Amino acid sequence: MKHMTEEELIAYLEGVASERTEIAGHLSRCTSCRTELKRIEAVLAALDTLPVPDPGEGYGRRVWQQIAPRLPERPSRWWQAWLEPKHLAAIGSLAAMVLVAFYIGRISKPVSPGNVTVSQEQVRERILVVAVGAHLGRTEMMLVELSNTEPRDRNQKQVNISAEQHRAQDLLEENRLYRQTALNEGDAQLASILDELERVLLDVAHSPDEVTPAQLEAIRQKIESRGILFKVRVVGKELQQRERTSAPAPAQNYSSKKERNKV
Amino acid sequence: MPATSENAQAIAANDALAVERTLAGERDAFRILVERHSRTVFRLAYRMTGNRQDAEEVVQEAFLRAYQNLARFAGTSNFGTWVYRIAANYAIDRMRHRKKEDARRVLHEPISEEGIQDDPMAKVEDAKPTPERLAQSRELRKQMEAALAALSHAERTAFVMRHWEGCGIEEISAVLKSSSSATKNTVFRAVQKLRQALQPFVGRGEQARAMGMES
Repeated sequence: MKHMTEEELIAYLEGVASERTEIAGHLSRCTSCRTELKRIEAVLAALDTLPVPDPGEGYGRRVWQQIAPRLPERPSRWWQAWLEPKHLAAIGSLAAMVLVAFYIGRISKPVSPGNVTVSQEQVRERILVVAVGAHLGRTEMMLVELSNTEPRDRNQKQVNISAEQHRAQDLLEENRLYRQTALNEGDAQLASILDELERVLLDVAHSPDEVTPAQLEAIRQKIESRGILFKVRVVGKELQQRERTSAPAPAQNYSSKKERNKV
Repeated sequence: MPATSENAQAIAANDALAVERTLAGERDAFRILVERHSRTVFRLAYRMTGNRQDAEEVVQEAFLRAYQNLARFAGTSNFGTWVYRIAANYAIDRMRHRKKEDARRVLHEPISEEGIQDDPMAKVEDAKPTPERLAQSRELRKQMEAALAALSHAERTAFVMRHWEGCGIEEISAVLKSSSSATKNTVFRAVQKLRQALQPFVGRGEQARAMGMES
């Protein structure tokens, strides 16, 4: 008889097993799996005894008294949230993209009605190219700075990387947007590179503000082992070339995407 | 006590009204929401952060953020679920900053009277509070806190939200920003790690109980 795996038993106990009936059926017949289930249950039952302190009667009232002086007279309107610094950067990027699109529209030759669809696609792709190129430049700079961060001296126990961490958080938001756009535009290779970059940015964004030299070295090694800086540079250069070419032919696009795929 | 579905609906309707009034400029209407949901948010925050001070800060910050972003909430889910999710996200940030301090605190903090009352061994029938039994339960509690503190932020969040708070996988996925299958896997990893860390102690407790009954 094939026994249940630990994963299946835990999923069953936590109520997230997809094959619940099958597992229940097996457990009714198999003593060995039932014993194993009880062992896991015993650990969970012990954990259930950990107390949560009672915050006391009137806790809600106390919380209100503590936060009320810090609340503005009215909650902010939805558009006010967009005036926060991190969103202002995104608005700036968006405005730049619109301006670039407008500029490209002005300098491009008039097209015959039959070519309208192709031309719009090219414009969209170029907007993506310009915006992603700039994004990769900023990301590269942050990663290089992080890679070059050193403790001031041997005795320094903590290195502050909060600046890079905050930049990584902002870049992460941008990166998600561009990856999604690349996917929508059918540029799977660019989306894949951005996806890889996202994982590195996540690692950095989720690091503590202050790290030990050993932790810093581990982050650095992660960046190096994935070869992400190299990939970012290659894709960044390629995007610059695509940006310079005023009207790239579909064949060139295809070959450039293939090149990137080799990275 | 779990709310009945009619109760839950009535609370959600009252919450929606309080949100509307707050957005209309009646700041005191937000007080109703704070008073109604503080204890639930505190329980989640305490289980995630493992200490009262951080939990209280998470509660305050969650309601502050909820107030600041109330216009964006716009009734897309019920207020309780929404503020709960804000609290879970903030608790993850808080855990990240406090991880090391928590680990140190677990090792040095004396067990409170409250902890002894909630002694896992004391819940066993005929258990006598012998010095050995007390020492074992203290040891077990210390080990349980250390095992929880050793989980990654995602694992602890997934375990707390699923095992203790009974949240759905989709809700946990939204907090962890991961897929359903990845979230299920995180729940599994959390329980597996807890089991590896605690099984020897739980086994020892069972043995001790058996010996206690014989004597």
